[in-house]
Amino acid sequence: MNARAGSVGAQGTWAARGTLYPDVALSPSRGGRTAWNGWRAVRARHVLILAALLIYPWVATPFFTFQIGGQSLVLGLIALSLTFLAGYGGMVSLAQMTVAGIASYCIAIFSTSAATQISLGWPWWLGVLIAVSVATLLSTLIGWLSVRTEGIYTIMITLSVGVAFYYLCEQNYSVLNGHQGFHQVSTPVAFGVNWRDPIPYFYLALFCALTGYFFIKYLLRTPFGLALQGTRDNPRRMNALGFNVTAHRVASYSIAGVLAAVGGVLLAWYNGLVTPGTVNTGALINILIVAVLGGMRHPIGPFIGAIVFVLMQTFGIDLASQLMGDWARERFNLVIGMVFLLIVLFSPDGLLGWWSGLRARFGPQARSNRG
Amino acid sequence: MQSMTRTWRYALTLAIVIPLIAFAIWALDDNPKLFLRTLLNGITLAALYFVVASGFTLVFGLMRNVNLAHGSLYLAGAYVGWIVGDATGSWLMAVAAGFLVAALMGLLLQVLVFRFMPGQDLRQTMFTIGLSIVLADVMLWKFGGEIYQFDPPSIIYGKTPMLFLNTYPTYRLVMLATAIVIGCVLWWFLNRTRVGMMIRAGVDDRAMLAASGVNVQMVFAITFAIGAGLAGFGGVVGGTALSISPGEDTRYLLASLMVVIVGGMGSIVGAALGSLLVGLVEQIGLAYAPTYSIVFTFVIMVLVLAFRPQGILGRRT
Repeated sequence: MNARAGSVGAQGTWAARGTLYPDVALSPSRGGRTAWNGWRAVRARHVLILAALLIYPWVATPFFTFQIGGQSLVLGLIALSLTFLAGYGGMVSLAQMTVAGIASYCIAIFSTSAATQISLGWPWWLGVLIAVSVATLLSTLIGWLSVRTEGIYTIMITLSVGVAFYYLCEQNYSVLNGHQGFHQVSTPVAFGVNWRDPIPYFYLALFCALTGYFFIKYLLRTPFGLALQGTRDNPRRMNALGFNVTAHRVASYSIAGVLAAVGGVLLAWYNGLVTPGTVNTGALINILIVAVLGGMRHPIGPFIGAIVFVLMQTFGIDLASQLMGDWARERFNLVIGMVFLLIVLFSPDGLLGWWSGLRARFGPQARSNRG
Repeated sequence: MQSMTRTWRYALTLAIVIPLIAFAIWALDDNPKLFLRTLLNGITLAALYFVVASGFTLVFGLMRNVNLAHGSLYLAGAYVGWIVGDATGSWLMAVAAGFLVAALMGLLLQVLVFRFMPGQDLRQTMFTIGLSIVLADVMLWKFGGEIYQFDPPSIIYGKTPMLFLNTYPTYRLVMLATAIVIGCVLWWFLNRTRVGMMIRAGVDDRAMLAASGVNVQMVFAITFAIGAGLAGFGGVVGGTALSISPGEDTRYLLASLMVVIVGGMGSIVGAALGSLLVGLVEQIGLAYAPTYSIVFTFVIMVLVLAFRPQGILGRRT
């Protein structure tokens, strides 16, 4: 919703050249603007939101900073990788949480945790480096495997990859430490800061999330990003134009892998533990819920979805039990499942879809159209 | 199989069969009893997988609809079957109830939901995911985390003397026989009855079937009911062999996914082949390398996808 102008401009360019993007996600071109024109696209609301994010930890309680803010940013980052794949590449991969989980496991194995017989105790930066590389590599492999098929098959294959990894985590004690997983995964104390304190953690997560967000926004305007959206809309035509569809898809899996891996490392530091529960079916699907809830048509979607999801997870149950009686207290999954069903049935574009619906009806443009 | 070049076919067959044969020779030499028992376990587990996955593949073949709530139908059938079995004291009634309840759920799903989103694969898939979350939680709510077990007639629950092995649980052999019967009945239904012919025609060309005056929605509803019913049936049959508890829905969903990915989507024979491979490999893995057993199943899937993305007997659509 924010910073829309830039990407609309980019698509406008392509539309003007008479190619490819009939149903590109965003609203109709505003005309005039032909390319990303840097700082002129920055609006007051962007500055406001950034300032609000930077000030937030100083006004919010540590609970809100860490549990709500930090967790939303990390979940949003992992879901962003799914939004990138699904919304722009047309590949719904349910294995993004698995990729994040692989990074979490790597950080637990290579740096320090309570399972001293397995953890190698290497320095944190080496652990992060290994975790991100291994997870990215495996994400590429998952991509290579699943892009051989299309559409619905992708979901099935990535879901089976994810569930298979979960069972492997449960079974394997020699490397993955089985059911109990790794506890007390240490968060680094670097540059004189303990990064698990709420405020440093929030800024760390914010930094990673913003980097991921702007990177994806940038990437979508590059020739690669545009070609990827082309393969989403019509792979055969892109192939005929000489684009290597498979290579574009596999590459986008690698990119999504980096985002998910960074999210996974942050998640391991956030929870301080990694267990098979981190990557079970529920967790895989939660990422899908976050992405769908927010809407897959803009990279801001997963972050909005994550905030709503985390708020629902934290307070929704109290609210539901007050509204509907005590039975709702234990039934978080029922509530979130229902919300998910409602979103899928009535607003396939998630909260962003509601927002643009409202804008279309009441926004300035609608008024000028009518007037 | 026509579309597959000969080289690829040989490569795939060799990549899967040669290691299996080499392993079989080594295992027979090492400990024949363990190997035979594992083999039988694998085949009987494959029978259960076939019952569950054939419904999944039937629904997919006709409607291109991946029903990710298939595992939930399995579990729902098992729980309802357990209630009925507990109330009436009859195991056969439990089996019938499991089938009917799941079939009814499938029918409602098709009539109330899927009819209104034709061709929207992604929405259907996400809807079934949401549904499986809701169903899993409702079942956890009603039945708790306990493990339930069935009480089948003693005639099928004893032990049968076997060649080489001393005894083998009769029930698992019954399960194998049941799966073979179901496979034959499905074949007969699809190839020799009018509705079966309509279903096959629908798999090949839905538009043409509708154009020739068949009520396609009716065919869809029947297929969905049968496919879902098979899951519920499998729930009671499998719940008797093993047990029913929360989380089984995921397990059988994974099994069904693996089976149809390996065997080829929409093909009953493919489902049989796929379940045989998946069941055997899973049991062999559990017996010989317990902490990595899932990896073997996974390797089979990777090999098949690498050489033949549409599955062994699948057709390109």
